[in-house]
Amino acid sequence: MRSVVPVLTVVAVILVLWYAAVIPMNAQWAYDQAARAEVDLSFSDLVAQTMSADRPRLPAPHQVVVELWNSTVMEELTGRFGLVETGTLSNRSLIYHGWVTLSATLVGFGIGTALGILLAVGIVHNRAMDRSVMPWAIASQTIPILAIAPMIIVVLNAVGITGLIPKAIISAYLSFFPVVVGMVSGLRAPDAMQLDLMHTYNANRWEIFAKLRWPSSVPFLFASLKVGIAASLIGAIVGELPTGAVAGLGARLLSGSYYGQTIQIWSALFAAAILAAGMVALIGLAQRITLKRMGMMQ
Amino acid sequence: MSEQTVIEARDLGLTFETNSGPIHALKDVNLTIEKGDFVSFIGPSGCGKTTFLRVVADLEQPTAGEITVNGMTPAQAREARAYGYVFQAAGLYPWRNIERNVKLPLEIMKMDRAEQDRRVSEVLELVDLKGFEKSFPWQLSGGMQQRASIARALAFDADLLLMDEPFGALDEIVRDHLNEQLIALWKRTGKTIGFVTHSIPEAVYLSTRIVVMSPRPGRITDIIESPLPAERPLDIRDSREFIEVAHRVREGLREGMSDVA
Repeated sequence: MRSVVPVLTVVAVILVLWYAAVIPMNAQWAYDQAARAEVDLSFSDLVAQTMSADRPRLPAPHQVVVELWNSTVMEELTGRFGLVETGTLSNRSLIYHGWVTLSATLVGFGIGTALGILLAVGIVHNRAMDRSVMPWAIASQTIPILAIAPMIIVVLNAVGITGLIPKAIISAYLSFFPVVVGMVSGLRAPDAMQLDLMHTYNANRWEIFAKLRWPSSVPFLFASLKVGIAASLIGAIVGELPTGAVAGLGARLLSGSYYGQTIQIWSALFAAAILAAGMVALIGLAQRITLKRMGMMQ
Repeated sequence: MSEQTVIEARDLGLTFETNSGPIHALKDVNLTIEKGDFVSFIGPSGCGKTTFLRVVADLEQPTAGEITVNGMTPAQAREARAYGYVFQAAGLYPWRNIERNVKLPLEIMKMDRAEQDRRVSEVLELVDLKGFEKSFPWQLSGGMQQRASIARALAFDADLLLMDEPFGALDEIVRDHLNEQLIALWKRTGKTIGFVTHSIPEAVYLSTRIVVMSPRPGRITDIIESPLPAERPLDIRDSREFIEVAHRVREGLREGMSDVA
């Protein structure tokens, strides 16, 4: 719990800077309003107005928090389409949109992780794959995801695949890469002496893999998974942008920008950040438990 | 070659091709090691002592001459699991406790569970690590880790034990203690031991024969049959015979260096 004070300090500094930025960012709008109404604007009025604008250039933190609360808990409890009223999640709530994005993220993360591990195993055990796969994997990540995502959606749509799967594939496209890179390092982590030792036992490649390379790579795997899950979430959100803003956090971002709803955009951004932080924390927990059980954590 | 011959090297040579020209790691090495010998290889770095051990273990391929291990090629001997190898670092798996580390070769050799358990408890007794079965390597001192790695090499009961500076990284007090234990272990088991070291007292104290080597090219300059009795308390190192043997080893080492440095 020693980390609480530094973390709170950083949060406080960010909040102060954010609030300080809200005033000049929205001042022009407040002055225009005042000019139109032909009134003089005192400083305290200016501050009050910039903090409570309907469509501010930069919403104040408390506006985002209120929007987050209203579009999650309040919407589901009291909304006309909410969980309490209808028994299903409201399509106006961030819980619904968050779940849409999360499900695509998790499926994509699963595919990406499996693919990444398979490729890494191939690269470590096969010289031809070692030479050929890595350059392509790196090249794949240099293509802007925003450019390739609509293509994937269109192509899959043409063969009748819509909904979650195309988004999951975009997620997988981003998340396999850190897993490949991490797992190649992990599977190659055993030094020459440890490989020599296996050689003296006349161990075959499978035994070397199962008893030496795989366990050695576990810490690397978890580090990769943390990067991979965050990349997966970005992939799923990007995958939601070209679908016409139907559902998901990406759709909320897009519809927010259509209608100038900056508060909605910011609250969707925060929902995505909270989701990512939660998933990374879960992987961190799995890492601690696994390494402890393996005896690798002191 | 008699029944009792474990290792036989004839005109053995190994040349590494490097960018800066060939390196003669071993040249014209002739050596016979009989069953039950405790043979130390001593010499400065680059003299090929480790390379020779690695050739015996089929971890390096000779480029000249012949070598047999138990009458077979090193590769056949390795496949027959004819030797246990102890490296300079203990190299225990951090994710396995001591018991499961020692079991590693037994699992690979697909021994049945009961036999694995029996052997683990036997060799841990032998290296004085009873009671540490469930400990993880990081919980043990360096000396204990190295003892566990010796137990691992003993677990499948090969008649030949190859040790590459196993105590090189340990302090002198721990080293003395382990030397004493190693002698006791060798007498109890009757194994043949090939032991690489760069410590003169260690070589003289442990060995029945001392092979003195010198570098560039790596070769044998002297083979000394130890006159010391089989019973060797630590204070034998103050005896006249011991000092004489140590002196001869030192002379051999100096001779080997004279035409180089």
